[in-house]
Amino acid sequence: MDLTQAVILTIMTAATPLLLAAIGELVVERSGVLNLGVEGMIIMGAAVAFAVAKLSGNPYLGALCGALTGAAFSLLFGFLTLTLVTNQVATGLSLTILGLGLSGMIGESFVGQAGVPLNEIAIPVLSSIPFIGPLLFNQDIIFYISILLIFGVSWFLFRTRAGLRLRAIGDNHHSAHALGTPVIRTRYLAVMFGGACAGLAGAQLCLVYTPQWVENMSAGRGWIALALVVFGSWRPLRVLAGAYLFGAVTIGQLHAQALGVAIPSQFLSALPYLATIVVLVLISRNRRLTLMNTPACLGQGFVPDR
Amino acid sequence: MKKYILAMSAAALISMTAGAAQAATKVCFLYVGSKTDGGWTQAHDIGRQELQNHFGDKVETVYLENVPEGPDAERAIERLARSGCELVFTTSFGFMDPTIKAAEKFPDVKFEHATGYKTADNVTTYNSRFYQGRYISGMIAGKVSEKGVAGYIASFPIPEVVQGINAFLLGAQSVNPDFTIKVVWVNSWFDPGKEADAAKALIDQGVDILTQHTDSTAPMQVAAERGIKAFGQASDMIEAGPETQLTAIVDTWGPYYIKRTQAVMDGTWESLSSWDGLAEGILTMAPYTNMPDDVKQMAEELEAKVATGEVNPFTGPINKQDGSVWLKEGEVSDDGTLLGMNFYVEGVDDQLPN
Repeated sequence: MDLTQAVILTIMTAATPLLLAAIGELVVERSGVLNLGVEGMIIMGAAVAFAVAKLSGNPYLGALCGALTGAAFSLLFGFLTLTLVTNQVATGLSLTILGLGLSGMIGESFVGQAGVPLNEIAIPVLSSIPFIGPLLFNQDIIFYISILLIFGVSWFLFRTRAGLRLRAIGDNHHSAHALGTPVIRTRYLAVMFGGACAGLAGAQLCLVYTPQWVENMSAGRGWIALALVVFGSWRPLRVLAGAYLFGAVTIGQLHAQALGVAIPSQFLSALPYLATIVVLVLISRNRRLTLMNTPACLGQGFVPDR
Repeated sequence: MKKYILAMSAAALISMTAGAAQAATKVCFLYVGSKTDGGWTQAHDIGRQELQNHFGDKVETVYLENVPEGPDAERAIERLARSGCELVFTTSFGFMDPTIKAAEKFPDVKFEHATGYKTADNVTTYNSRFYQGRYISGMIAGKVSEKGVAGYIASFPIPEVVQGINAFLLGAQSVNPDFTIKVVWVNSWFDPGKEADAAKALIDQGVDILTQHTDSTAPMQVAAERGIKAFGQASDMIEAGPETQLTAIVDTWGPYYIKRTQAVMDGTWESLSSWDGLAEGILTMAPYTNMPDDVKQMAEELEAKVATGEVNPFTGPINKQDGSVWLKEGEVSDDGTLLGMNFYVEGVDDQLPN
């Protein structure tokens, strides 16, 4: 494997958890719910995925349980914000804080233990294509799922009736309710989908990225995922581009340092964030287009009038 | 965060019950990370446990973990001081100013700050001569590396880290004059993902030996995966790389904590700047593994010489990175220069961030 391939592979590993968490949050936000608990759901998914993989010896079972944990944990958020109509921002933040603490307790006995890594699955024929084969078709299962999810969500949101309903709820929940669309039920499903994606992102962290469990190992990736959703103006393919751009700049700056490029390392560390802001400014120049993509009911609680 | 709160309330509970056992000296610790981080903070917590086991009922130890450096730290230190701690150890460089500020408000409480340089009547600084271990690691790297290039994952450009980089390179150059190192700054003490990415970037660029001044075992794990050798940091990381770790610089704070607590009990505690090393046992080397027998023997001999002071890593002739003379033949650096070290020695392939 040459240097370019190795670099791209590192970028892909770094981008996958961001991509997963962001695509999940995108669906949640498209339905009009703002869940700031992504970081908490990721870390919960990571703790449980590691524990299950370690105890059962099966990383696939671990990944599955990580996703289920994320979904179950998000139900707590769903119950509070959708059924009890609490403030979504405050509830989401407390979900993050709870997740960080709770995961530390779950994972306490697993600190420092060797993990059970998810191995690559080579897809026959395709993986032997020169250059791109080893990159795209010799990856772990979570990478494949992340790519399928991007295209799946894109198709669901913009090509299916159910996707149209979900977007309608996010844009105007009162009208959608009046037309007989089940607002609360749809939002519950969206929130759980978001939780499952975040949980799977956590599983990727502790089974693929760095096969180990340590407290706070998500290290702020949930917040970056939240930013990526806005960055991608709530469109799946732009989120894909954003996650890979962010990953590329992050890894690129490490390589620049190793090459001895004479740029202050603090500046290089800030580069991924600067790049995100620049692109954000560029794509929000067209105000009308941005407004069109922003779910109009984002963050607002819904109480059915009858 | 929740754990932090739990630890606080536990501390409050303990302080209420402490009234009964008058004799116990209350010793408190402030940790920047989790006590099970497998590195820096874990080493301090092992020291705390040794202290507890040594004195048994006569001391009571309390700790707060995951306290971020900054304004929160000051509040946390004050809370500890108010809860009746007689001796407070603040165990991260970034706790320096908060410790000094809290010490002004609580003149009767004794404070000890790890790795800093500001003292007061009731504030001692304590540190370990980590660079001695890094010099030995460097020598091993110089012997084991085939390409003569090591990767160095660094946290923040503070003197302690710069010292480490210089000592490592000098150690390597003592056996291989052409040895170079590549440095990557991750601007974090603890971010397993980023540390792993830095390790991958360095290996992709051709280093065949890895060392780190960050706290997680992720770089060791990447090195194991890619089949190169690496050095552990702060704690013995052999579990993360049984076939990978050459040795590790192990922080052994226990004896120091026992000594200082005894001083508080005896009423002989005084403010000082303590900087011990291999000789005093505050720094130990993990077993030398995964290397040829002759290198192992050389490392053991060097360790003995550094401990007795026969070998001092910072002995001239040494040039600064720009080629100007720092130490002349036979000249030895004073501690002041080392504690404020803000320059590289010749041969480091990196621009030192300001």
